[in-house]
Amino acid sequence: MKKMGLFICHCGTNIADTVDVEKLAKKFESYPGIVFSTNYKYMCSHPGQALIADAIKEHDLDGVIVAACSPTLHETTFRKLTRQSGVNPYQCEIANIREQCSWVHKDKEKATAKAEKIIQSIIEKVRLNEDLKPIEVDVTRKALVIGGGVAGIQAALDIADAGYPVLLVEKEPSIGGHMAQLSETFPTLDCSQCILTPKMVEATTHPNIELLAYSEVKSVDGYVGNFTVTIEEKATGINWDICTGCGQCSEVCPISVPSEFEKGLGNRPAIYTPFPQAVPNKPIIDLENCLKMKTGACGLCVRECEAGAINFNMEPTYREEEVGAIVVATGYELYPIMNLGEYGGGEIEDVIDGLAFERLLSSSGPTNGKIRRPSDGKLVKDIVFIQCAGSRDPEKHKPYCSRICCMYSTKQAMLYKHSVHDGQPYIFYIDIRSGGKGYEEFVERAQREDKVIYIRGKVSKLYRENRKVKIVGVDTIANKPIELEADLVVLAMAMVPTTGTEKLANVLKLQTDANGFLQEIHPKLRPLESTTAGFYLAGCSQSPKDIPDAVSQASGTAAKVVGLFSGEYLQLEPTIATVDEELCSGCGICISVCPYGAREMDIGEGIAKVNKALCVGCGACVAACPSGATDQKNFTDEQISSMARAILKGEKES
Amino acid sequence: MKEIIYYPGCTLKNTAKNFEDSAIACSEALDFKLHELKDWYCCGTVYSLTSDDLMHHIATVRNLLRVQEEGQARFTTLCSMCYNTIKRSSKRINENENDRETLNSFMDEEENNYEGKVDIIHYLQILRDEIGFDIIKEKVKKPLKNLKLAPYYGCLLLRPNEVAIDDPDSPSILEDLIAAMGAEVAYYPFKNECCGAYETVAEVDLVVERAHNIIGNAKRNNADAILVSCPLCAFNLDNRQKEVLEKYPDFEGIPVLYFTQALALALGLDPDVCRFDLNYQPVEDLVRGIKQ
Amino acid sequence: MAFKLSKESVRSDFIKKIEELSGEEISACYHCGKCSAGCPSAMAMDLLPNQIIRAIQLGDIETLKTSNTPWICASCFTCYVRCPRGIDLCSIMEAVRQMTLRTNKDHIDIKKYTGELANLPPIAVVSALRKMSS
Repeated sequence: MKKMGLFICHCGTNIADTVDVEKLAKKFESYPGIVFSTNYKYMCSHPGQALIADAIKEHDLDGVIVAACSPTLHETTFRKLTRQSGVNPYQCEIANIREQCSWVHKDKEKATAKAEKIIQSIIEKVRLNEDLKPIEVDVTRKALVIGGGVAGIQAALDIADAGYPVLLVEKEPSIGGHMAQLSETFPTLDCSQCILTPKMVEATTHPNIELLAYSEVKSVDGYVGNFTVTIEEKATGINWDICTGCGQCSEVCPISVPSEFEKGLGNRPAIYTPFPQAVPNKPIIDLENCLKMKTGACGLCVRECEAGAINFNMEPTYREEEVGAIVVATGYELYPIMNLGEYGGGEIEDVIDGLAFERLLSSSGPTNGKIRRPSDGKLVKDIVFIQCAGSRDPEKHKPYCSRICCMYSTKQAMLYKHSVHDGQPYIFYIDIRSGGKGYEEFVERAQREDKVIYIRGKVSKLYRENRKVKIVGVDTIANKPIELEADLVVLAMAMVPTTGTEKLANVLKLQTDANGFLQEIHPKLRPLESTTAGFYLAGCSQSPKDIPDAVSQASGTAAKVVGLFSGEYLQLEPTIATVDEELCSGCGICISVCPYGAREMDIGEGIAKVNKALCVGCGACVAACPSGATDQKNFTDEQISSMARAILKGEKES
Repeated sequence: MKEIIYYPGCTLKNTAKNFEDSAIACSEALDFKLHELKDWYCCGTVYSLTSDDLMHHIATVRNLLRVQEEGQARFTTLCSMCYNTIKRSSKRINENENDRETLNSFMDEEENNYEGKVDIIHYLQILRDEIGFDIIKEKVKKPLKNLKLAPYYGCLLLRPNEVAIDDPDSPSILEDLIAAMGAEVAYYPFKNECCGAYETVAEVDLVVERAHNIIGNAKRNNADAILVSCPLCAFNLDNRQKEVLEKYPDFEGIPVLYFTQALALALGLDPDVCRFDLNYQPVEDLVRGIKQ
Repeated sequence: MAFKLSKESVRSDFIKKIEELSGEEISACYHCGKCSAGCPSAMAMDLLPNQIIRAIQLGDIETLKTSNTPWICASCFTCYVRCPRGIDLCSIMEAVRQMTLRTNKDHIDIKKYTGELANLPPIAVVSALRKMSS
C-alpha cells in the first residue's frame, strides 16, 4: 500500500482567499492512502520545502501530492526535493488548485469543492504511479549557428572558445550582416567595420569554427542534442579554394548593376565581392546579370583570372551535418519605404532609409563619405530625419517601437554635422528613447555641441518641389504646423525580421510571434530559447535591439549551448508512450497520428515501436490505438479512469 | 448599351450643370446610359459622425429605397459629396439590421421597406472598372496632346478608407484617365489636399489660403489646367480665384475643368455639351489648343 | 492660471458624452501630431487638432467650448486616414461641435450670408448648416 502525503499551499492569499485550504487539509487526513496531510503559507519556500522533506522521512512516504500553483512553475522544485529525500521524483505530482481553481472562481464554497475534486484525482494518479528514470540520450557536441551578423559571429566565437566545434552558415557571400554597412556606432562613435572585422577574421580563422558562406540551411531532422541538418552550398561560380582574391575579375567585368550593400546608391559588377573587407574575401558571380550566362558572350573575367578559378557551370552542393544545438541569428531588414504613400512611397529619390544614409556617411561608400543627395549629387545643406516611420503604428504598419532609431538618427545627425559643418540637421520625433548606457548623454551632446534641432511632432507628408524635398510637419510643443524644405530626408524605418526568417522558421518548425520575430519560451526569464528544444535565439531575429544587446544575448545563447554540451548526456522526460507487444496488431495507425515522427514500424516483428528520444508524451497515439496496445507511463488508461471517477463521484447523471 | 441609374444631387442641376451635361454626353459616347433616378431627394450632403444620429441617414435611405423600387441593386453619382455620404450611410444601414428596422418603421408612409441591398459607385469607378482605360483610349478622337493636367481628387473620394475608390496617398485613377486621354500627367503632390469644403460659406479666407496653395503647387509643376471631380472643389478652386487675386495681386490663375469636360473634348464631342459658360476661369485658349 | 486636473475633471459627464457620441477611445491618442501636421485648416486654428484631444483627455471643458478649432474643421478626414492608432478625429470634432449645437446654440448665423448664398453651390450651404447649426 502506498503511503502518500498531501501538502496544500495557501500561496499567501492567492489560493487561501478562495479555497478553504485548512478545511481541506483536515478532511484529507482520513482519505484512503493519505498518511499525512497539512497546509502551509508558501510551500515553495525554504521552510515549506523543509516541511515536505521532514514529512517524507518521518512518515516513510512513497508518494507526494502538492496542491498549489501550476506544475509549469514548481514541479521541478518539488520533484528535486522528493529525489533528494530518497523517493523517486516521478512519485511527486502537483494538483493545480490556483490557475485552474482559485484564480478563476469567486465563490468560496464552490471553489473549495472543486479544489477537493482536483486533489482527489491527483491522489488517485499518484496511487498508481510507477518509479521512473529519465531517458538518457547522447548529445552531438557540435553547434550550428545560422546567420553571420554580429550576433551569430559572437555566439560562434563564444561556443568555439569553450572548446566545441561550430558550423557557421551565412546566406550572403560575406559575414558581417548590417553592422558591416554602418559607418560609426553609437554612443562611442567607433568605426563600425574597425570593431567588427577583427571578430569576422577570428570567426574564419578560429580552429573550432567552420564558416560556410553563401550557403543556406535546407532541412533539419531530429531532436535536441541530435539534429541532422542539410545545408546547400550555393554556386558561387568561382572555386574559392584556388581563388587568390586578387579582384582582377571585378575590374574587367563590363556589367554595372545596383549594389545591394550600397542600398542601390552605388553599383557593382556581375562578378563581385560585396565590400572590400568581406570575409571570405572571395567574389561570387551574379548569374542573373552575368553577360556570359545570359548571352554566351564576354568571359573577360576568365581571361584575367591567373588562378583559373572561374567555373560558370558550377552547381550547388549539399552536405549533411550532425549537430546538437542550433542558434538562429538571422537578423533584420528595414520595412520598405514603398509602404508609406504619404512619404512618397519610394518614388522620391532624395527620401532614403537609415541604412542607405549609413552608406553615404561611410568613407568607403558610394560617395566616399561626402553627403550628396542621390538625385543630382549636390552637397546636402539641410537634412531632416523622421522617426517612427512605420513603427508605433498599429493601424497601418508595425505596432512596436523599433528600439534603435532614436539613437541612430541622433548619431547620424551628429555625423552629418561633423561632415558638413554649415549644414543643419532636424529630427522629427514623438519620444526620444535613450535608455542604454551612455545614451542619454549622447543625445545631450547632440543638442549642445552639434546643435541638432529636435522637433516634437510627426511629419504628415513629403513631396518634391524645385529639386528639394518639402516637409509638412508640426511642432506640438510650439503649437504650430511646421513647413520646411531639405536636400535629403532620412526615414527611420521600422526593423522587421528578414524575409528568410519566415521561410527558415517553417523549415525548422519554429514558432514566430505576431510580427514575424522568432518566439522565445518566456519573454522575461527565458528570452534566449525557442519554444522548440535545441533551438536558441540571438540578435534581431528575436526582437529589435542594438549592438550591445545583440552581443550580450549572443554570449548568453552560447552559454546555454555550452550548458547543453557540458553534461555527460541529455536527460529527457520518461513519461512517454509504451507498447504492449502482445496486443499490438501492427496496424500502424499510431505512426500516422504522431506529430513528432516518434512511432516506427519494426518490419521484422510486425510491431509498432516508440522512439524514446523523440516521444514527448503527447498521448495522440494512446488515444488512437484501436487495440489498446499503446499506453503511457504514469498516465495509463487505468490512471485516467480512476482520476475521472474521482472527479465525477457524487455528480448526478444528466 | 449598358444602363445604370444616375443620382444627380442638388448641385449637379445647379452651379455644376456643366459637370452633368459633359458626363452624360461622355457616357453615351462610351456606350453606357445614365438613367436619372425617379423622385430623388437631397442626400443630406454630409455623413453624420455622431453615433446616435440615426435620423440624419433618412435622406440617404429614401434614395436607396427609390433605387430598390426601380428594381436595381446599384446606382452611380458624379458629386463626390453625395458619393461619400451615400456610401457611408448605405454601408451602415445595409450592415445593421436594427438601424434599418428603426428607419423603416419611421418611414411608415413609404409603401415598401428598404431591404438593405443597394450599393453606390462613383462614375470614375465605372470608367476604370467596367469600361476600362484601354477602351477609353481607343475611343479618344482628339488626344489632348501638349496639355499637362494636374489631377485633383479632393477629400471625399479617397477618405475615409471604408469608401475610398483608390489609395488615399498614392491614387492613380485620374492619372490613368489623363494618360488615356493622351495628355501629360503633372506631378501634383497637392492632389489630395482639402480645398476647405463648406468653410467657403463662413470662413472664406481659409478657402482663399487653401486655393492659393493648391493652385500654386499646380502652377509650380507647370500644369496647364487642374482637373477636378467635385462641384464644391470646383467652386473653391475655380470661382474663388477671384478672392485669391484680391488677396494676392501677383496670383496667376489657371483653368479648372471637370474631368468629364476634358474627356468630352478628348472623345471629340461638341464642346457645347461642356457648358464652359459655367466655368469661372476662361478655358477658351485651352479648348482652342485641343481643337488644333 | 493652472488647470485644476482631477478624477472629476477627467470623468465628467460632459467628457463622457463626447466619448459616447464619437465612439472613439480618446485615451489612445499619444499626441504624435500627425493629424495636426496634415490638417489643411490648422493654420487658422487657435489650437491644433491634437490639442483639442488633449483638452478632452484632461477634462478641460472651458477650452473645448471656446476654441475655434472644431468650427474651422472642414471634415476632410485627412487626420483619420493618417493616425497611427486609427483614431477617428473627425467624429471627435463632430462630438465637440454637437455638445454646443445640442444646447440649441448655432455657430453659423445664416442671416448674415443671405445675399451671397444664391451664388454658392447648394452643397456648400447645406453642409455648412448641417455641421454648424442646430
